Amino acid sequence: MKNQSITNNIDWISIIIYSVLVILGWLNIYSSSLSSMEGTSDKQLIFIVLTIPLIFTVVSIDGKFYEKYASIIFGVSLLSLMGLFLFGKTIAGQRCWYAIGSFTLQPSEFAKAATSLALAKFLSDTQINLKETNRQIQALAIIFLPVLLILPQPDPGSALIYSIFIIVLYREGLPAWYVWTGFITILLFVLTLVFEPQYIILAALAVLLFVHFKSRLADRNAIMSTILLVLITGFVFSVDYIFDNVFKQHHRDRFNILLGKSVDMNGTGYNTNQSEIAIGSGGWLGKGFLEGTQTKGGFVPEQHTDYIFTTVGEEWGFAGSLLVLGLFAGLLLRIIYLAERQKTKFSRVYGYCVAGILFTHFFVNIAMVSGIFPTIGVPLPFFSYGGSGLWGFTILLFIFIKMDANKVNEW
Amino acid sequence: MRKALLPSLIIIATLLLVIRIFYLQIVDETSKLESENNAIKKQYEYPERGYIFDRHGKLLVANQASYDIMVIPREVKETDTTEFCQLLNITKDDFIKKIEKAKVYSPRLPSVFLSQLNKAEFAAFQEKLRKYKGFYFQKRSLRDYEVNFGANIFGFITQVNEKLVAKNPYYNSGDLIGRQGVEESYEDLLRGVKGVKYIQKDKFNREIGSYKNGKYDTIAVQGEDINLTLDAEIQKYGEELMINKRGGIVAIEPKTGEILALVSAPSYDPGILVGRQRSKNYTALYRDSIAKPLYDRGLLAEYPPGSPFKILTGLVALQEGVIDENTTVSCRHGFSYARGRFMGCHCHGGALQLHRGIFESCNSYFATAYMKTINKYAKPSYAVDVWSKHIKSFGLGEFMGYDLPIGRRGNIPTSKTYKRIYPNGGWRSTTIVSNSIGQGEVLMTPIQLANMMATVANEGYYYTPHIIKRIEGHKIDKKFTTKHVTTIDKQFFKPIISGLFDVYNLGTAKGLRVEGINICGKTGTAENFAKIGGVRVKMEDHSIFVAFAPMENPKIAIAVMVENGGYGATIAGPIASLMIEKYLRKKITRTDLEKRILETSLQSRYAKLGGLSDIVKAQLRAADSIKKLKSQPAQKVKVDTTKAKKQVIAAK
Repeated sequence: MKNQSITNNIDWISIIIYSVLVILGWLNIYSSSLSSMEGTSDKQLIFIVLTIPLIFTVVSIDGKFYEKYASIIFGVSLLSLMGLFLFGKTIAGQRCWYAIGSFTLQPSEFAKAATSLALAKFLSDTQINLKETNRQIQALAIIFLPVLLILPQPDPGSALIYSIFIIVLYREGLPAWYVWTGFITILLFVLTLVFEPQYIILAALAVLLFVHFKSRLADRNAIMSTILLVLITGFVFSVDYIFDNVFKQHHRDRFNILLGKSVDMNGTGYNTNQSEIAIGSGGWLGKGFLEGTQTKGGFVPEQHTDYIFTTVGEEWGFAGSLLVLGLFAGLLLRIIYLAERQKTKFSRVYGYCVAGILFTHFFVNIAMVSGIFPTIGVPLPFFSYGGSGLWGFTILLFIFIKMDANKVNEW
Repeated sequence: MRKALLPSLIIIATLLLVIRIFYLQIVDETSKLESENNAIKKQYEYPERGYIFDRHGKLLVANQASYDIMVIPREVKETDTTEFCQLLNITKDDFIKKIEKAKVYSPRLPSVFLSQLNKAEFAAFQEKLRKYKGFYFQKRSLRDYEVNFGANIFGFITQVNEKLVAKNPYYNSGDLIGRQGVEESYEDLLRGVKGVKYIQKDKFNREIGSYKNGKYDTIAVQGEDINLTLDAEIQKYGEELMINKRGGIVAIEPKTGEILALVSAPSYDPGILVGRQRSKNYTALYRDSIAKPLYDRGLLAEYPPGSPFKILTGLVALQEGVIDENTTVSCRHGFSYARGRFMGCHCHGGALQLHRGIFESCNSYFATAYMKTINKYAKPSYAVDVWSKHIKSFGLGEFMGYDLPIGRRGNIPTSKTYKRIYPNGGWRSTTIVSNSIGQGEVLMTPIQLANMMATVANEGYYYTPHIIKRIEGHKIDKKFTTKHVTTIDKQFFKPIISGLFDVYNLGTAKGLRVEGINICGKTGTAENFAKIGGVRVKMEDHSIFVAFAPMENPKIAIAVMVENGGYGATIAGPIASLMIEKYLRKKITRTDLEKRILETSLQSRYAKLGGLSDIVKAQLRAADSIKKLKSQPAQKVKVDTTKAKKQVIAAK
């Protein structure tokens, strides 16, 4: 009886989109690894097959389990991240893997689901009001704990993903100025890289003076405006300083490529350049499955992992790219739709977290591959090669699908 | 409001990505090109170039194997450089420089170490090749000239220039292409079509198999063999006769317009533009601004034709009805055509009719005929245009349309010409009378002169001169089998031809008769001036002769022009008659005349014109030594500038 109710209430739309993405992902991994990386696609096939028992396990577990044990799961996840400093295996300069024989596991891929559960659990308490500064600090602490453990691995890409939780908190009542601060920070950061700091400060001064004298809405005093100007000045100069003195040349190059400043195309520029060439050469309909010349030639580095979308672009063209982008957007909007109709705050917040995490991965990855975002190692969910990633995203998604299917039983 | 933020972000972000991908895949075309450049390599298979034969099927130009020594710098191991350099006849410095150059190009990819070694040069090296790691060879096909003449007709093969690569998609940088001569005009047929293999490469530029299983690959198509209209025997003979002279000979078969010989002197052995010395030799030829061996005088040299033009003056006057065979002009060793204006004449004087006018080449007669032609009409400008139209119907004053890539229009003046020279008008028949005797504004090239004679021989028609006789499996261009008829009626040619016949019997070429062949001819001299030290100096006249033979059934029409050769009958005339005899009889009966011409050298005259080039000096010296050795006529000697320079140094 219980099983029947699950199959009846389960959201098949999400599952179908998920399955299509996984299958498309595997086809592209098969193509991109055909000529040079023998065995890669076979391994990925095993990972995919293993998701089936995983999904069944996730879905069979009682819905209340996740809410009840959210804190413990979060704790275990944090421990697994801490354990990396002792037992972690270093691959390509990143100490973010556990090695069990030839098998490697990346705990940060699972930490996202754990953090989402913890955040949902924290916010589901009816007493929580995000207007209170204390609560804000507590919520941000949940987010920044894993970030603090992931950043030094170093894995800036995974750490970046956690910034999306701010949007989730905003949905649950976090004051708007957090979001605005975030946006303005990003804007100032990019502007500082493009223009000289003094111009930006002059512009900021002009805007503040305008607001101060003309705006009738905000009754801001002069001291607030002055503090703001000082903060902006400090930020702009520190970004400038950090970019020039703390960043390594290859970090600087990653930004310079995007800003159109000249970069050696055989060095750091190579990845982005080759990736753009591969996607661009696809045209309307692409070169056809297994026919991509760039893919066959192995010109795009890391093509089966972070750069898997280049194979889509080259072999399936604009039509295929549009399909993949559409599937992702569809899945994300579907999850948000499902989240909004949840009866409990816990599952709603969790659903939001799922959508947020998948969205950040999706956007950052494709923006990077198509050359509008700096090179940051973020996998494309369900597509990129890798067991940990695939399982992490699968667990993340299916916990929510289970919650959604279970909502009728929750009173 | 708060609910809307994340969905909005998702939609905006997705749209942003769609726009970006759309831009990359559809709008921006550069990535498609770059993709082809870095992932697919086209490997070409070059077909063998077609052979060139003469009109009788004698092989003139074939192909030979040549070898490029290739090097992959990264694979070069420690070797015995001294032995290596000795085998290839290079210095150690050359060796180091060439390896460095290859390294700069790519340490991993092959580049040419030494190009165009011939079989003999390569043989010694081949035995030891295994010892030298990182070196290998690549076989190529180069031209092999079976004869040492005809360089100006064949043209040569060279690397295609970057301008053409950009314009013509068939050629890639480094491809070979025919330049000048038939190699250029029949390039498309001779070269064939190269085959292409598409090869998939990886990021290290290594080949990893054929692209799409060879779906787009093509097989090379062999170049077509061609037969030229050239008669190898008289071409060779003509070049020999022209040794130590400058000028051109053009011989045409009147009935067909086929070019039998096209000599330009000085010339060079076509073989020197093949192989390792190619670029050195070419530079030497190119830089020789004095003798200009690359300048085809048969096609490009424009001169006032002089007396041969009287033939046309006579024909037009007959056609216009202003004279007839019996019209008499009296000549007092010259012609006073206006007050104080006098045109000298070398004829015997007295009362002349057309016949004698021609064989004695009387200036007065043709000046009178010309003035009558112009004065027939009230307006001189109209009259000149009528005259001009007649003359142009012989294919003059325009590009002839033959199948060699170079040419000159020559010049036949029209009323427009004189409007330009005399903008205020006031010119009359007397002003332009020098046109009558082929001076004034009239300019012709040797091939135009030859075509004029062919037309006269045919009594009023000609075929566009051409060098192509047969192409296996193709028809030759229709324009070469289309008859061009002149505006002069057939009947008017008869008296002119009989006059030309008596040039040999009674006239200016009396001494040049060939027993048993009825030759019709006309001598000519063209005045010319040169600036020497800033002063305009009258130089020895250019010697000109035109002829056709035999009179009854013309088989050859010929024009000979020898720069600074003097009077028409002294050099150009003998050369023309020797050529005719050689062509019609295959042997020469007047060996004394032949010997005199072969031994005639005008180099001392040319020396006044700015000195002799090293090449000519070497040729002279070599010719002298051969003469001493064999006491035989001068032979053509291969141009070798290094030898020439050495000799010059030794002489000092």
